Amino acid sequence: MSSFKIFDIAGSGLSAQSVRLNTVASNLANADSVSGDPNTVYKARHPVFEAVKNAVAAQTLGGTPGLGAADSAVRVRGIVESTAAPSERYEPGNPLANADGNVYSPNVNVIEEMTDMISASRAYQNNVEVMNTSKELLLATLKLGS
Amino acid sequence: MPLNLDTYLGVSAQALKVQSQRMEVLADNLANVDTPNYKARDIDFKTALAQAGSPDAALPLTTTMPGQVGGAAASGGLDISGALKYRVPLAPSLDGNTVDAQMEQAAFADNTVRYQATLTFLSSRLKNLLTAITGQ
Repeated sequence: MSSFKIFDIAGSGLSAQSVRLNTVASNLANADSVSGDPNTVYKARHPVFEAVKNAVAAQTLGGTPGLGAADSAVRVRGIVESTAAPSERYEPGNPLANADGNVYSPNVNVIEEMTDMISASRAYQNNVEVMNTSKELLLATLKLGS
Repeated sequence: MPLNLDTYLGVSAQALKVQSQRMEVLADNLANVDTPNYKARDIDFKTALAQAGSPDAALPLTTTMPGQVGGAAASGGLDISGALKYRVPLAPSLDGNTVDAQMEQAAFADNTVRYQATLTFLSSRLKNLLTAITGQ
């Protein structure tokens, strides 16, 4: 039965969003990890999502590529590091400071991370709801006629 | 008079198939809510149901020689390629994604209720059949 694909689709959404939550956690945990070298300081990480199209289905149905396949899913294509410049701070007392007495703090924008976290958790909840609803409907279909 | 179960169940059986396909497409939209350049899709129910009801709904067998049977293949899937359309976005977004989570949620809820309604119709028809069989 094709409806079981919904669990794959929603499951891929759950997995992608949990990767996103993981990067948020990593970014927030490292928000204050200073370094004396701007090149080695922690950089904010963000996942890039990509839709996975079922190419076989698209071909069989002869539809427009990407449109013909009814089922597809989402996956994390990769993790990109933010290219924003790390902020420089004069802190000669810090043991990690460089020769000029400067330390570099990561380019993590805490506010951005918090909103990203809320967005990810809402998307996760959405996928959970999709799974729950599909499960209930499938169970109701199994009970058909009784 | 022999009873054809397909015609007895009426359009509900096909409607159930289309609705479960639509559920899949909407789940796909919700899973890709944060995917850059993903375009939200939906099924045009009227077209899909018309396709599902037509005799050539099942995928035809490929014939390579004259005389071969090109009968309808017994495929589990349903051809909805003609009914699958891209959604017209309400507002543009910077990353090219056209999924509106609220719209998709509403559509999913709508589809769920319709699915349940179809199940109720099917269930009552099957109960009628059972009454006829047991004769009580």
